[in-house]
Amino acid sequence: MTTNSQMVTIKGTRDGLTLRLNDQCSYDAILQELEEKLSVSGTDADQPMIRVTIQLGNRYLTDQQKNKLRDIVREKQKLVVEQIESDIITKEEALAWKENSEITPIVKTIRSGQVVQVTGDLLLLGDVNPGGKVIATGNIFVLGNLRGIAHAGYEGNAQTVIAASYMKPNQLRIAGQLSRAPDQDSDGVYIECGFIDEQVNVIRIAPLQEVIKLKPDLLSFERRMLNG
Amino acid sequence: MGEAIVITSGKGGVGKTTTTANLGTALALQNKKVCLVDTDIGLRNLDVVMGLENRIIYDIVDVVEERCKTKQALIKDKRFDCLHLLPAAQTSDKSAVTPERVKAIVDELKQDYDYVIIDCPAGIEQGYKNAVAGADKAIVVTTPEKASVRDADRIIGLLEQEELEPPKLVINRIRNHLMKNGEMLDVDEIVNVLSIDLLGIVIDDDAVIRGSNKGEPVAFTPDTKASIAYRNIARRILGESVPLMNLEEDPGLMTKVKKFFGMRA
Repeated sequence: MTTNSQMVTIKGTRDGLTLRLNDQCSYDAILQELEEKLSVSGTDADQPMIRVTIQLGNRYLTDQQKNKLRDIVREKQKLVVEQIESDIITKEEALAWKENSEITPIVKTIRSGQVVQVTGDLLLLGDVNPGGKVIATGNIFVLGNLRGIAHAGYEGNAQTVIAASYMKPNQLRIAGQLSRAPDQDSDGVYIECGFIDEQVNVIRIAPLQEVIKLKPDLLSFERRMLNG
Repeated sequence: MGEAIVITSGKGGVGKTTTTANLGTALALQNKKVCLVDTDIGLRNLDVVMGLENRIIYDIVDVVEERCKTKQALIKDKRFDCLHLLPAAQTSDKSAVTPERVKAIVDELKQDYDYVIIDCPAGIEQGYKNAVAGADKAIVVTTPEKASVRDADRIIGLLEQEELEPPKLVINRIRNHLMKNGEMLDVDEIVNVLSIDLLGIVIDDDAVIRGSNKGEPVAFTPDTKASIAYRNIARRILGESVPLMNLEEDPGLMTKVKKFFGMRA
């Protein structure tokens, strides 16, 4: 291995430092060079912390390895690692990511006592009857009557929404929030959408067109549909 | 070979037993060979509604435990030769029989009868499983009340997991004035929520209570609204197409005359 070519390239940007690590050499070699490089110049104590982005290129690091990297950078200088970017993700991560961005179509009436749970977005062609429940880690779209419970963003994604052709739910749940129907008998509403209004931090119901403006994430839905 | 129909509802007190007794009677009126099976072990009622309580010697638990032959436990109806009842036991409970055993009995009965009508107990536990085991078709009974529609919905969900034809719906105990004022769920609303085929509607009629207290199902007497409703349901089971009964009261002669002259009725 040649020591001439640099394994660690340091570049200053407007947002802080970028450390580009060579992705062809060994991990240990990188750590060694990184340690040497960062020990060279001392900085003044009154300087503010500098944010660092580490670019790994085509190298995959485990969480443990990433932490080691963070520690080295942090202890040497007034540097703090903001993010570690890699062009590589594991198959597992890719599958989880794919699953979370997939749309599961279901054609069925969800009756009292039945629970349907999907990873990603749910597109239900059918009703959710009172006492029935649909759960998705992503958004929920019901082409039918939503009279039961819908829980979008099950694993905590508060950007998700619940939309239904006819909305008269027992409860709407989005991430950790919950909203229930009023006690007095009320009429449902047509083609409306439930979402978390971040200004007041409660679940609100509004026409879908308005919600799209508030939740830019929804636009990626279109792309997902196209990607199949 | 005949077919087995289970009458179920989930909720208690909506009229499963009454419906079983009346459909049995109405089918017998059409000269079909019918056997009613009561699976509500421990809380049997069908024999009382049919007026056959005093004639019970053996019951379904005796058949399951092989103390008698199936035929020995059957009770012939007072009014029809073609109508029989297999009564439930009053002294045991629902764990006395198993779904497999009930299925065997129902399959045996299907050889001799056109229709085997199974009266299901309330609930979704052992008793329900026993009742559904041998059935080919299911009729779900509900009343126009929210609680009973919820339970009907639950039961339909469970029935869909069985190897049955899609269940049919009977809406029982309709009170016309409440429905008209919107104080009760109306027929369309119920059918819309449950999204299964409607087999018939039955008006809440004092004659039904009178009949079951007398041990003579209302379907036997020809002139009440409830009896016509049950007979219509039986005809639909036999494959005839009968329009739904008009819920409106017949206007009296004076109302008609007033209407003719354009006066306010």
